[in-house]
Parts: sequence; C-alpha cells; structure tokens
Amino acid sequence: MKEKKVFKRTKGLTDIPMRYCPGCGHGIIHRLVAEVIEELGVLKRTIGIAPVGCSVFADEYFNCDMIQPAHGRGPAVATGIKRTRPDCIVFSYQGDGDLASIGMAETVHACARSENITIIFVNNAIYGMTGGQMAPTTLIGMKSTTTPFGRDVKVAGYPIKVCELLAPLEAPGYLVRVSVHKASQVMKAKKAIKKAFQVQMDGLGFSLVEIISPCPTDWFLTSLQAVEFAEKQMIPYFPLGEFKTPYKKEEVKKEAKEGIEVEYRTDFN
Amino acid sequence: MNEKILMKGNEALAEGAVRAGCRFFSGYPITPQNEIPEYMSWRLPEVGGTFIQAESEVSAINMLFGASACGIRVMTSSSGPGISLKQEGISYISGAELPIFYADIMRGGPGLGNIAPAQGDYFQATRGGGHGDYRVIVFAPNSVSEMGNFPKICYELADKYRVPTMVLADGLLGQMMEPIVYNFEPVDPKDLPEKDYTLGCAEGRERRVIRSYDLRPGYLEKNTLRLGEKFKKIEENEVRYEKINLEGADIVIVAFGTASRVCKSAIPLGKEDGIKIGLLRPITLWPFPMKVLNQIADKVENILVVEMNIGQMVEDVKLAVEGKAKVHFYGRPSGGIPTTEEIFEQVKKILKR
Amino acid sequence: MSRIEVDEKRCKGCELCVIACPFGVLALSDVFSSTGYYPAKMVKPEKCTGCTLCALVCPDVAIEVYKEVKKTGAKK
Repeated sequence: MKEKKVFKRTKGLTDIPMRYCPGCGHGIIHRLVAEVIEELGVLKRTIGIAPVGCSVFADEYFNCDMIQPAHGRGPAVATGIKRTRPDCIVFSYQGDGDLASIGMAETVHACARSENITIIFVNNAIYGMTGGQMAPTTLIGMKSTTTPFGRDVKVAGYPIKVCELLAPLEAPGYLVRVSVHKASQVMKAKKAIKKAFQVQMDGLGFSLVEIISPCPTDWFLTSLQAVEFAEKQMIPYFPLGEFKTPYKKEEVKKEAKEGIEVEYRTDFN
Repeated sequence: MNEKILMKGNEALAEGAVRAGCRFFSGYPITPQNEIPEYMSWRLPEVGGTFIQAESEVSAINMLFGASACGIRVMTSSSGPGISLKQEGISYISGAELPIFYADIMRGGPGLGNIAPAQGDYFQATRGGGHGDYRVIVFAPNSVSEMGNFPKICYELADKYRVPTMVLADGLLGQMMEPIVYNFEPVDPKDLPEKDYTLGCAEGRERRVIRSYDLRPGYLEKNTLRLGEKFKKIEENEVRYEKINLEGADIVIVAFGTASRVCKSAIPLGKEDGIKIGLLRPITLWPFPMKVLNQIADKVENILVVEMNIGQMVEDVKLAVEGKAKVHFYGRPSGGIPTTEEIFEQVKKILKR
Repeated sequence: MSRIEVDEKRCKGCELCVIACPFGVLALSDVFSSTGYYPAKMVKPEKCTGCTLCALVCPDVAIEVYKEVKKTGAKK
C-alpha cells in the first residue's frame, strides 16, 4: 500500500515541544504563522517579535530570527526593525493584554503610520501568564481573578474590539478577525494570516490578524468546554470577518459568498 | 581637514552622531532638546538614514531596540521626564546587550519642573535608571565642541561593550552656540565591522534570538554575573576626566558639565587672593573617576563639590575619598546656575579666609 | 488505509482532535505518556480517511497524517 504524508510538521517551527496548557490556542496559531512563513518562502528573512505573556516563549518556537522586547512594545520594535531592514518580513505576535492594554498606543500609532508589518493578535480575553486576571477584551460578566464576580461595566468598563477600533483609520492595509476554535475556522484563520503576510510582501502597509483563541486554564473550563465558550460567548461579541482589505472589496465579497474566504464586514460602524 | 563651525550644542550633538555613523533616530518632542530631533529630521534622510517622530518616549526607545537589533548605529534624545519613560526600554536593551546611544539634555525637576538647565538626573543616569542590574556609560560634556565629538566615542564604546551609552548635558549646553571643530572624519557605516548577533537575513546561518529574559534556574544569575564582570572592565578601562591646576592646590573643586565651566572661572579669582584652586572634572560620570579622586584626597584637605542639584555626585565623591578629605557641597538646583563669585565665596568660607 | 501518527512527547491529551474527527477514529489513551498526559490514539484506525482535521486543531502540532494513495487509473 502506498501512502503520502499529507500533514507534516512545518519547518517554520523549531523542534522544541510547546509548553502551553492543553487545549490552548497559541499552539495552533504558532503553527499557522509558521506554515505561512514557510509556504511563502520567507523563513530565512523573517524576524518575529515575541510578546510578554504566555507566548513570551514564542522566541523558542518560531524557527526564524526572534526578538523579545518589553510588554506591549512589539509594534514599536517592529517599526525599528522594518525601517532598518525593509527587505525582511516582520511580524509581532501579541496577546490581548500586550496589544490592547499596555501597548495600545504603540498599536494605534504603528497602524496610523501604516508601518509595513504584520501583527498576530491573540485574543483569549484573559491574562494567561499571570494567572487569569481581567484583560481589555474580557467579556462583560466574565469571571477572572480580578473580576471574581464577573466583569462589571460600571467598575471595569467594556471590552475593546480592536479591529473595529482600528478600521476607521485611513492607514491600515488589512484588518481581520478569525478564530481557531474549530477545524473549519482554523483553515480560514490560515488564509487570513497568509493574506496578512502577503499584504506586507506587497508593501501595502499595516496588517493585523485578530485571532479568537481558547484559554481553557484561565477560563476555568475543559478544553472542549472552552471551544464551546469561544463559539457561543466570544464570537457573538467579537464577530469574525475582514474589516479592511487593500484588495478589491467586490472580489472579497464574492469569494466570501463562495465560502473560500473570510467574510467581509461592513456592519461594524 | 574639518573646518571650524559655529553651532548650537544640540545641533552639534546631532551632527556629531550622524558623522559617527548614526543612521536611525526616533524621538519625541520635549524642551530643551528639540533641536536634536529637528536636526535629525532633515539630516538623516540626507545620508540614507531613518528619522521617526514616535508617539511617545516609550515607543521611541523601543524603536531603537528594534533598529539596534538589526545592527545599525542608533540614537534617541530627550530631557529628564522623557528619559524617565525611556528607562523601561533602556533596561531591556541592557538585558539584551544591544548598543545604543542617547542624550539627556537635563531640565529642572522633579516632575514637570521647568525648562531651565539643571543637573538633577545624575543619579538616574549613573545608576542605570531602570530596573535590574545594569550600568550605562555616561559622558558629561562641558562645551559645544565636546557635545559634537563625544558621540563617536560613545558609539565605539557601545559597540565594544554592547552597552547603552549616553551624553548627559543640560539645557544650557544644548542651547548655547560655540565654535566647534569635529576631530574625526565622518564614519561610513559600511566600513564598520559586521556584528555577529544582529537580526536579518538568516541565509546560511543559525537563527538568532535577542532577549533579556532567561527563566531557567540559575542561568540568569550566571549571565548577570558575567555582565558584572563586563561593567568592572569598563570601570577599569574607560574612566575619563580632566585635571586642572591640581598640583599643590589648597582646595579641589569637583564639578561636571555646565557647573565645571563656572568653577573653572573661579580659579583666576583665587589666584588674586593667593588661593590655589584645583579642579577635577569627571568626563565620564559612570565609570566615575574614583581612583584619581582617592589620590587627590591624599594631598588636599578640602574638596568642594559643585552641582546644579541638591547633591548627587557628592555621594560618589564621598565614596571615592574614603573619608581622607572633608567633602563640602554647594548646589543650585532646578534652574539655578552658580556664579563664579558664589563659588569663590564657598571656597573662602571653607578655607576660613 | 490512511493513518495518523501522534507524537506522544508533544500530545497533552486536550481531546480537541477527538471531537474534530468526523468518524470517531480517535480517543484518549488510558495509559500515561512520558510527559504525564493521556495522549490521543487511534481506536478505529480502519475508519481514518486522512482528512487532517485532527491535525488542524491540534495545539501541539503532535499529529502527522498519512493518506493512502489509491492506484485508480493506473491501468487505463
């Protein structure tokens, strides 16, 4: 019997086993980014930026040059790198606390300058590494170690929708929100990530892929319950789809109808 | 040969950095250092460099982190309040052992303070300023000429030891105009040796990682001890100072930057009254000229430290003299600039003349 | 017959692959792996179609998939 390897480990990842919790979305997202870099043939000229948070270890897992700066400063560091080495592909991997809380200024301004970089924004609505505190994207009513009775908007305000926040700016090239909670969404997420890197390679400016990612440990759920939580709680609040694309909108919409591409959203403002 | 030019201190510093090979600048406006980013905004594009006005000092220093990781000579500048914000990045850059150069054109503090010249950032500069065990090589110029010529030395030391280096000046040095002759030929970045730790094209080599963290038990301690050895080496080899009129002095004044200029003009006043005033001007504030001060303390009974703050360097002087001489202090903080007469008054008071 | 290989050093028994498989091929083992988890394994190997859905959702990149190559049309 003849067989063919149809799914193999990407060269974009190192051999080191990832130390994330069971069922954590980071591993899937790492793999998608690594596969995209490998498939685009830019592994040898990619520089990745690891955040502070659970994925601080990303610098061990991605098989390309990596740098690990301070909490939230990824977009600024990416700016320095990309302006110095425009021939390199630069991506900043960041969590919700890193990007949408402490690093919000860096994010908005890198976007406004239309820095030709790609940001992988992992939204799991919680501070994972520090043990489950409230994140800027923690859902209303959601429990965390600093909102033990559920997030009360009178005390802690509302979750931030990053794609919707950035979309009205003139500058961004590509803004999209995807999810990795189930296989069909994982495939779409990979398409979106690939498009984001393509936008950078085409020199079309700032691209950001927001990815809804399960965090079973700090959501206090099993990995299967976490998948359900992502689908039933997260996605209704953080609707999936493209918010901005440099490619022709009609084409994207047509593709979306045919089920190939991520849906293009016009209903967010 | 380089010609003599009349320049503002801040501009001389910026031009000096460009001539020393700087090709990346990111900064944020703050008085009294604005001439530096302004100058860089047109000068760097001329030489194929990058200028970015960042959204904050925090972002500016992190842009430097990224650019330095790619191997080029980089610079930022600010004044006290902005340097405070940059400390986070400087600490990370020290941890990652990347070379950067920056300037603090001091103003009155604490807080927003004022925009007058002061020397209140001595502790912040010489103690590292941010979190963790690290040091920054600090140069304190006292003329426009030194403002322009120090960047090259700073870049060389930063590259040699892979540490941040800085120029600590004040609003007066930044704003005043003086003639300057650059004492070095412009550096072409292409002629600089390639660094073996920078990020970029990984073709034909192993991937590289630049980071400041190490969670493996015991490893960070070893690494920090290694950094400690490096700092010790810098303390041994890179101390710079200027000795003026020290031989047979009745009293020795220790002052840096603007304060040292004023103190220097007190020397002739002393001559008229038969008092021989010596002056030791630390040029590097870290590493501090400990040894030479200790030797001076063997020969002189009284040392007067003059600063434009409420007493910061005086602590280093006390450490250096190990109680062998009396250390006196005269300070004018937050915009006050001591006059020659004031200083001479202090000298007479100390010597009971 | 198609099949998958689970790298037991990487698998943390999160069960995502188990629910991803449309044919119920996978289940968690009842024996600890060297890393202290119950790794995923094939319990109905004959039903595997090599669709890769399990590998797509695996957060630890622990699954590799081999698809049977049918010799259709070889003699035509």
